[in-house]
Amino acid sequence: MSVKDRVLELVLENLEVDAAAVVPAAKFIDDLGVSSMDLWELVLVMEDVFDLEVPDEDLAKIVTIQDAIDFIESCLGRKEV
Amino acid sequence: MSGELAGKVALVTGSARGIGREIALALSLEGAAVAVADVAGDDGPESTRRRLESRGGRAAYYRLDVTDFEAAAETVRQVTLDLGGLHILVNNAGITGDQALGRMRAEEWRRVLEVNLGGAFNLARAASRIMLRQREGRIVNLSSIVARIGRSGQTNYAASKAGIEGLTRSLALELAHRGITVNAVAPGFIDTEMTRLLPAETREEIFDRIPMKRPGTAAEVAELVVFLAGPHAAYITGQTLHVNGGLYFS
Repeated sequence: MSVKDRVLELVLENLEVDAAAVVPAAKFIDDLGVSSMDLWELVLVMEDVFDLEVPDEDLAKIVTIQDAIDFIESCLGRKEV
Repeated sequence: MSGELAGKVALVTGSARGIGREIALALSLEGAAVAVADVAGDDGPESTRRRLESRGGRAAYYRLDVTDFEAAAETVRQVTLDLGGLHILVNNAGITGDQALGRMRAEEWRRVLEVNLGGAFNLARAASRIMLRQREGRIVNLSSIVARIGRSGQTNYAASKAGIEGLTRSLALELAHRGITVNAVAPGFIDTEMTRLLPAETREEIFDRIPMKRPGTAAEVAELVVFLAGPHAAYITGQTLHVNGGLYFS
């Protein structure tokens, strides 16, 4: 499964959002209406699932779903999990 | 030594002396590896660490000013590396700076808030991330009876401790879904080096108001902290538990 598909899956599983709105370009807070608390929880879940850590500085850069995908792919050095 | 905390790692701030030291000892007696953290430049922290080790416990000393956000994060990181994780955080480091409000300097107000409340934030900030990833953790914050009943001359101290209680409740809600508990312990009048410095007459007056007619011991406070850090307190969170010989009922 691609990192992209897994991330989209995790967003749907962990956030109360409209499935139609879950696209890579969507901004977590502005478009999906996710609270910063819920976003933090999602990041923790992704850390678990992908076995990585998101440092403070990088956390602030995750604005869209694509940002999360890009970050994870760069950590893993690949696009498949 | 019943070892209910065997395999756990605890970090206790302000554990060079007094209540913090008793907490470190009590946790160690239950089998926890204990990181003794204190800003003290004297032999206090080292002597606590040696005492823990002499009783067969694992202990390490970290010099830490809790008001330093980065240093707190670094200490937590180091403890995790050195001792293998962080399961229990006890925010005990605290100071007083007694003065009538009308005469209190801005610096006296600020300093007490910074150490007592700011320090707890700095440590909890670093520890909670690790505990969330572990899906396991206990945070125990030291409050005081003064947060509820007030004390003349202690507007700064009482405000910092009331702040601790608010922080405790909110953080408990944030961390509950991963099974991490956050509680506060509010001691009444406790017999320590600090309170022994009060004039005899003041001490007598205070003892008389306490239903049990005696101060508490640091060990009696430590026992409650150990309970909250242990396996039998897993469903207790967001609470402030009072240990005061009946001086105040919450």
